[in-house]
Amino acid sequence: MQRVEQRDEVEMLSLMLLIRRFEERASQQYQAQKIGGFCHLYIGQEAVATGAVAAVRPDDYIITAYRDHGHALARGTTANACMAELFGKETGCSRGLGGSMHFFDKRHHMYGGHAIVGAHVPLAVGLAFAIKYRGEDRVTLCFFGDGAINQGSFHEALNLAALYRLPIIFICENNLFAMGTSVKRSTSLKQIVDRAEGYDIPGEIVDGMNFREVRDKVAEVADSIRKESHPAFLEVRTYRYRGHSMSDPASYRTKDELEKYRLDDPIIRLRAQLTREGKLTNEQFDQLDKRAKETVLAAVKFAEESPELPVEKLYDYVYFNGAKS
Amino acid sequence: MREITYRQALNEALAEELERDPNVFLMGEEVAEYQGAYKVSAGLLQRFGPRRIIDTPISENGFAGLGIGAAMVGLRPIIEFMTFSFSLVAFDQVVNNAPNMFMMSGGQFNIPITFRGPNGPAHQLGATHSHATENFYASVPGLKVCTPATPRDAKGLLKTAVRDDNPVLVLEAELLYSSKGMVEPPDEELLIPLGKAEVKREGSDVTVVCYAQTVPIALKVAAQLEEEDISAEIVDLRSIKPLDEKAIFDSITKTHRVVIVEQDHPFCGVGAEICYRIQKDIFDELDAPILRVSQEDVPMPYNEHLEHAVLPNAEKLFAAIRQVCYA
Repeated sequence: MQRVEQRDEVEMLSLMLLIRRFEERASQQYQAQKIGGFCHLYIGQEAVATGAVAAVRPDDYIITAYRDHGHALARGTTANACMAELFGKETGCSRGLGGSMHFFDKRHHMYGGHAIVGAHVPLAVGLAFAIKYRGEDRVTLCFFGDGAINQGSFHEALNLAALYRLPIIFICENNLFAMGTSVKRSTSLKQIVDRAEGYDIPGEIVDGMNFREVRDKVAEVADSIRKESHPAFLEVRTYRYRGHSMSDPASYRTKDELEKYRLDDPIIRLRAQLTREGKLTNEQFDQLDKRAKETVLAAVKFAEESPELPVEKLYDYVYFNGAKS
Repeated sequence: MREITYRQALNEALAEELERDPNVFLMGEEVAEYQGAYKVSAGLLQRFGPRRIIDTPISENGFAGLGIGAAMVGLRPIIEFMTFSFSLVAFDQVVNNAPNMFMMSGGQFNIPITFRGPNGPAHQLGATHSHATENFYASVPGLKVCTPATPRDAKGLLKTAVRDDNPVLVLEAELLYSSKGMVEPPDEELLIPLGKAEVKREGSDVTVVCYAQTVPIALKVAAQLEEEDISAEIVDLRSIKPLDEKAIFDSITKTHRVVIVEQDHPFCGVGAEICYRIQKDIFDELDAPILRVSQEDVPMPYNEHLEHAVLPNAEKLFAAIRQVCYA
């Protein structure tokens, strides 16, 4: 079995900073109308994608919903390719044809970026099916929000994964709100993880504001799956600082609630852990942050200067190996 | 050539493609242990084993999506819907995931998947089980849709669909599963390209454009019209998308009159698109207005004589042909 390479925690912290700064800049560019459509920011949830990705191999499969910038960046898609995608440019990770909600990166085994809530969960099961069909020891990580767990596709997918014993970790990023509807108002269960029990899938609750906890739990579960294929479920409790999308002022929650979570910020937390252990100085942290900001600024410049796909190429992306019908 | 049934032809196509390519698998409700709800997959479990012939729970959305996910990493799934009426439960997967992936990933992920199963009204199954879905799916860019009417076409089109690198829907005809026809021997590779119509009968007075379950109706009517000295040319579309415009135009350029007989509903039906293309490109070839024979614009009633009244049938086609021929 191919080993999972231990990722350096300072490097992971800098990745979380990159996601944070990328999203802040995306927000600004959205307001400047450089970015169209819908735009869902990952600020506050960085430890989930970063922690999970740090726990698996680069050839494992990753798929997520529409709040996908963080997952692509964590996986290794460049800030340039991500920002260019938001700008609708040909140099974007989906050539500017997908947009904010549809980031894809085949080279990094990032299978989207899916914008119909719950509709990618069966796709994830298909990725896991292919792993088992070919007798490989890869794992599929399927991210989705708390809103997805009440979709029929989610239930069908969990049942199929359990029935066929497929190598997949369902990672529910519970940020407490499906758009503006709180979990309490959407879900009959006391805790989301109990959904897994209904399909005889082992499930656990993870603190999504703690990078190390996410990483260690995903690593443990992935290890078990590689030994003998099975599905698993993690309810990762997290919080998004911003509204559901750029157009949402999030008036359905209180300032106090937001402040409570901001004090538990995943970046501050990992920084504190590393500082306490003597692995990171304040100066080093400031350097990391400065580098993240510079990378993102350069990405904006790259996106602005990149070309758009010409209209003549429109029909090249309808059928593979095909002409128009 | 030998004579086999439409069902056997499909079965041969599945077996040959499973044999040829280890990435091909068949998945759906009752396809394995039950041997297929309509016995199309009979014997495949015994021959290819449970790894490749896979029974599913009744979860069309789930297993259609599973197939699409597997196709993203290079497998070539054949997903059977017990009927295409049930594909509506998986509409989101078939319409919103399979054909969109290639565009929205900027060309990184094509989806080589085949969705197949019986489509169109059968006999007294009522409104929920009688859908003709070809016009829904043909309107979606990124999907291909074929509608075989004979055993030979069924085999050749299904094999081509499995080898296509895009999502293809093979809409079979339940009422034709037991019909027989001549097909090349098994040791002869039979591939029929998508987007190629076939003239099933030559004629000179009127063109009848048809597909799937309306092909045998058209052939029967053409044979009877001979007695009235009307020579009808029967053009079987075989594929709805891509559409073989040239075959349609060539025939009309010869006959100057056309009736389209389709198994779907009239509003935004397949015939509406064909009418548009004919008048746009070869308007001057027409000696009479185009007529369409389709289902009535109502949900399918269970009652037998009402069902007959709703369906396209020989009497309606006779009347339409006489009308365009001013006979």
